[in-house]
Amino acid sequence: MARYVSFRDFDWLLLLFVFIICGLGVYEIHSATEHTKFAGAHIKQLYWIAGGIAVMFAVSLLNYHTLLEQVHWMYIAALGSLMIVLIFGQRYLGAKRWVKLPMGVHFQPSEWVKLILILAVAKYFVDLSQRELSWSDFAKAGGIVLIPMAMVLKQPDLGTALTYLPVAVMGLFLGGLRWKQAAIVIILGGLMMPLAFYKVLKPYQRDRLISFMEPEADSQGTGYQVIQSKIAVGSGGIWGSQGGSQTHLSFLPIPQTDFIFAAFSEEHGFVGALGLLLLYFIVLMRLTQNAQTAPDRAGTFIVMGVVAVLSFHILVNVGMVVGFMPVTGIPLPLMSYGGSSVLFIFMALGLVMNVRMRRFVN
Amino acid sequence: MFGRDEKVSQGRLTAVQYIILGIFLLLTYGLWRLQVSQSDLYSTLAEKNRIREVPILAPRGKILDREGRVIVDNYPSFSALLLRDSSRDLVADSDMIADGLHLDRKEVKDRIKRFASTPQYQPIYLKDDITPDELAFIESHRNELPELDTIMAHRRLYPRNGFMAHLIGYVGEVSEEMLNHPRFELYNPGDVVGQSGIELEYNNILMGQNGSKQVVVNNKGKEVGQLDEKPAQAGKSLKLTVDIDLQIAAEQALGDRNGAIVAMDPRNGEILAMVSRPTFDPNDFAVRISRAQWNKLVNDDDHPLLNKSIQAQLAPGSTFKIIMAAAGLQEGVAQNMKVNCNGGGDFYGRYFKCWVVAEHRVHGITDLSKGIYQSCDVFFYTLAQKLGIEKIAKYATQFGLGQKTGIDLPQEASGIMPSEEWKIRTFKQKWIVSETISVGIGQGAVAATPVQMMRAIGAIASGGRVVRPHLTNPTDLPPGVIPASSVPDETHIPIDPKNWEIITDAMAGVVNPGGTAALSHLQGIDFAGKTGSAQTISNALKAKLGAQGKNFKDNGWFVGVEPRRNPEIVVCTLLEEGEHGYLAARVAAQVIKAYVEKQRRQPSKLAKADGKADIAAIWNEPSEEKSDGFKGGHFTVKLSDKKVPSASAAPGVN
Repeated sequence: MARYVSFRDFDWLLLLFVFIICGLGVYEIHSATEHTKFAGAHIKQLYWIAGGIAVMFAVSLLNYHTLLEQVHWMYIAALGSLMIVLIFGQRYLGAKRWVKLPMGVHFQPSEWVKLILILAVAKYFVDLSQRELSWSDFAKAGGIVLIPMAMVLKQPDLGTALTYLPVAVMGLFLGGLRWKQAAIVIILGGLMMPLAFYKVLKPYQRDRLISFMEPEADSQGTGYQVIQSKIAVGSGGIWGSQGGSQTHLSFLPIPQTDFIFAAFSEEHGFVGALGLLLLYFIVLMRLTQNAQTAPDRAGTFIVMGVVAVLSFHILVNVGMVVGFMPVTGIPLPLMSYGGSSVLFIFMALGLVMNVRMRRFVN
Repeated sequence: MFGRDEKVSQGRLTAVQYIILGIFLLLTYGLWRLQVSQSDLYSTLAEKNRIREVPILAPRGKILDREGRVIVDNYPSFSALLLRDSSRDLVADSDMIADGLHLDRKEVKDRIKRFASTPQYQPIYLKDDITPDELAFIESHRNELPELDTIMAHRRLYPRNGFMAHLIGYVGEVSEEMLNHPRFELYNPGDVVGQSGIELEYNNILMGQNGSKQVVVNNKGKEVGQLDEKPAQAGKSLKLTVDIDLQIAAEQALGDRNGAIVAMDPRNGEILAMVSRPTFDPNDFAVRISRAQWNKLVNDDDHPLLNKSIQAQLAPGSTFKIIMAAAGLQEGVAQNMKVNCNGGGDFYGRYFKCWVVAEHRVHGITDLSKGIYQSCDVFFYTLAQKLGIEKIAKYATQFGLGQKTGIDLPQEASGIMPSEEWKIRTFKQKWIVSETISVGIGQGAVAATPVQMMRAIGAIASGGRVVRPHLTNPTDLPPGVIPASSVPDETHIPIDPKNWEIITDAMAGVVNPGGTAALSHLQGIDFAGKTGSAQTISNALKAKLGAQGKNFKDNGWFVGVEPRRNPEIVVCTLLEEGEHGYLAARVAAQVIKAYVEKQRRQPSKLAKADGKADIAAIWNEPSEEKSDGFKGGHFTVKLSDKKVPSASAAPGVN
C-alpha cells in the first residue's frame, strides 16, 4: 500500500506554520545571543532545523503500522539507552543526562524515548480496543510510561520525566478512561504530593518549587530566574520594549533556550507574544484535525500523543516564563535553541505526516 | 488488525481541543497580567536592573597657610580590585595576582572564597592605595589578567612626620553615630568627612559635593553605556592664619619632647603656629587605619591624639603671676608692696615654701617687679592673701581663664578658674581661705590650657585687649560661612598705662640677667615673658610616693611676647615634665627668634622687584689722596642670589 503514498498528501499548511515559528525562533536566538559568547547559535539552529526536516521526511516514509509492529523492540532499546545514560552518562551540572558519542556529539536519549512512548502507548490502546477501561488496563498503560519516567527521574531530570506524563494521560483519556477512575487517581495523586515533595524531589528541585512560590525570598539564587523572566515579559508592555534591555544586558538567564519566550515577549510585547501563541494554537488545532481524519485508531493515538507532548511543553514553558509554573528546564518546542529538542519535534512531526499521508489508503 | 473499525470517540477529541484552548487562554491571561496590567511596575524594575547611579567623588579642598602655601593636598590613590564577570578562574590566577600586589597568597584565595556568595557585579577589593610598581603590574597584565582592575580616589596628602597633625586633624568615613546627629544630617553613608581639627571644624567648606552619573550596566554590573552625568563640585580651599615658616620653627623647637607650643598675633588673634607632642601621622587615616594602629594611638599614655594646645588642662604655675600682678596693680594693692622672702612664709596657719629654697637661696626684700622676674612665690602668696580669691577670680576670668577661648577648633577644653561660687557649685563645699594662697602662684585648683595662658598674657602685654584666637579670617572664607562662636572677637579690660609698663618691663627682666630665664635672652630682640614650673602632684603626695614620686616631674611653662609692649607675637610653650620654666623659655625664644628674623626679611620695596634692582648711593671711602672721599655710584643688584629661601609648602606635601 505504500506505493500510493505521495508527498502531495503532506500537511504543507501545518508545515508552513511550523516554519514560521522556527523562523521566529532563529530570529530571536540571533537577537538574544548577538553580543554574547553564544553568538552564532542561530546558524547552528538552522543546521539543526535542516537536519530535522530531513529526519521528518525519513520518518514519514516508514509505515507507522510497521513501526507499531516493532514497538516492543524499540521500547526495550529505549529502556536500554536510559540504562546506559545512568551507567556511562556524562555528569553535567549535577545530572547525568547525556551520552558522549564518537565525534564529540552529545546525545540525550530521554528526548527520543518520548517518541517511542507515544508509539508504545498507541500500540497498547489499539490492541485493547475497548470502550471502557478496566483498572488492570489502567495500571498496564500507566506502567509503560512510569518505568522510563522513573529512570529519567533518577538522572535526575524532573522536567523531561514530567513530559512523559501527558503521553499516558492522553492515551488513557482517549482510551476510555472512566470519570470515576480519573477522580480516584487525582485524589490519590494529591495525597501523595507531600510525600513526593520530601522523598522523591532532590533539594535543588525543592528549591525551585519554593522559589516559584516565593521568588522574592531568594532573589539572587533560584528565585532570580523567575523574577528576571517576569521583569523581561512585563517590561515588554503592549508593543515591546526598545532594545530589550533585560535580554540584551543578560539579566534574563539563558534567553536562547528555556527563556526564549520571555526574550521574544520583551522585544515584541503583548501583541507579538499573543501572535506567537496564536501560531502555536493553529499548529495544535491543525494536528488534532489530522488526528480526527486519521485512517485508523492507531493513527489518531499517535497524532494525539504528539499533541499531548507539544501542548504540555508549551503550557509548562510559557507558564514558567509568565510566572505560573516553576522553573523546570523544559524548552519551548520549535523555538528554543538545541539539537535534541529540534530533532525530537521534527521526528514527531514526521510521525504525524506519516499518519496523514496514509489517510486515504485502505 | 489495528482496530480500524473502533474509531476514537470524537467527543473526547473535541474535549482535548477545548482543553488546549483553555490552556492558551490561561497563558494569554498570564501575558496580559504582566505586559498590560502591571507593565509599569515591571518597566520600573527593568530600569532598576540596568541603570545604576555611580557616584563621582568630589576632591576635598586644599588647606593653605597664610601665604597660600599648600599644607594639605590630595593625591590620586588607586585601589586594586577583582572583577568577576570575566570567565577567568580567579583561584587559578590568585597566586600571580598575590605576588604582583605583594599580598599573601593564602589571604587572596581566602578572600575570593569568602566573597564567592556575594552578587557577581560587586568587585572584590584586594588592596587600597597601591604603590606605583603594583599599578604598573596591573597595567602590564591587562591581557593576561583581565579580571584585575583599579579604581581611583582622591586621598588626603598630609605633611610628613605628624607636622601640624593636631591642628589639621584627619578625615575618615562618616560614622553611624555622626549620621544620627542633626549637625551632619546632610551627609551620606560612605562620605569621607573631617573627624578632628580643621578638617572637622571647616568640613562644610572643604568637603565638595559628590556628583553622580547614571550608567547602563549588564547583569554582571559591567558598564555598557551612560545616560546622564551630574559633575562633582570640588571642595573649596581653606586659607589658615598659620605661617608655615613659623610652624616649622615651632615643630623643630619642641622636637620630640612632650608638650605644646601655640603662637598668636595678639593684635588680631590670628594663630601663627600650633604644635602638640607626641604627634601622629594623619596619613595613616587617609587610607584606612588598622585597628591595632588605632588602639595604639588611643591607649598611649602620652595621648598623641590630644591637641595639648587647646585640650591639656594643667596648673599654669608661675605664668599665672602675670595675671596676679595685673590684678594687684589695678586694685591698687601691689604698687608699693614689699615682701621679705626668706624661703617661705606662714599663711592662715600653714607654711608655704618659695621655690628658691631648693637652690639654698632666699629672695630677700622683693617688690612686684622682682617678684615677676625672680618669680618669688612668697610675694605672690602675700598678694593673693591681700586680694582674696574673688578679686583674683574676677581678673583671671576677664582675661579668659576657666572658659573656652572660642578658637575655631573642635573640642576645646575650658579649664578651671576656682572661686567661692565655683567651689560650692562643684564640690558643695565652702571655700577655704588657705586655698587662695596656692592659687596665687597658679597651683591649687587652677587649670588652664596653653592657648588660654597665651591669650591672657598676650592681652595684658597689649594693654588689656583680649582677642579671640582663630585660624581663619572671615575674609578668606567663602561668603555666608562665618564660624559660629559665642566669644566676642575682642574685649577690652582697662589696664592703667603705668601698671602696664611695670608688668611688661618686669617680663623683659625675666629673659635678662637676673631673671629666671636669663639664658634665653635674645640679642637685639625686645623679648619678654614669664616662666612657670607647675607641680603635677602636690608635694605631700610626692613625699608619700617616695622614689616613685620622682617620676612626677614639674611641667615647664613659658609665655613670651615680642616686643614687650603691644606685641606682634605671643608664644606659649608647655614642656610636660620639663622640670623648669627656663627650659620652656628656650623653646619659646627659638620661635620668637624665627618670627623676628622672618619679619626682618619681609619683602621691602627692593625684594618685591623682580630679578634685579637698581641701587644708586653715595658713600664715604677715605683714600690716600683725599681725606674725605665721598663716592657715588649706580649698581644693579641680582636679587635672586640674595634672597633667603623660605618654604614653599609644608614638608612632605610638595
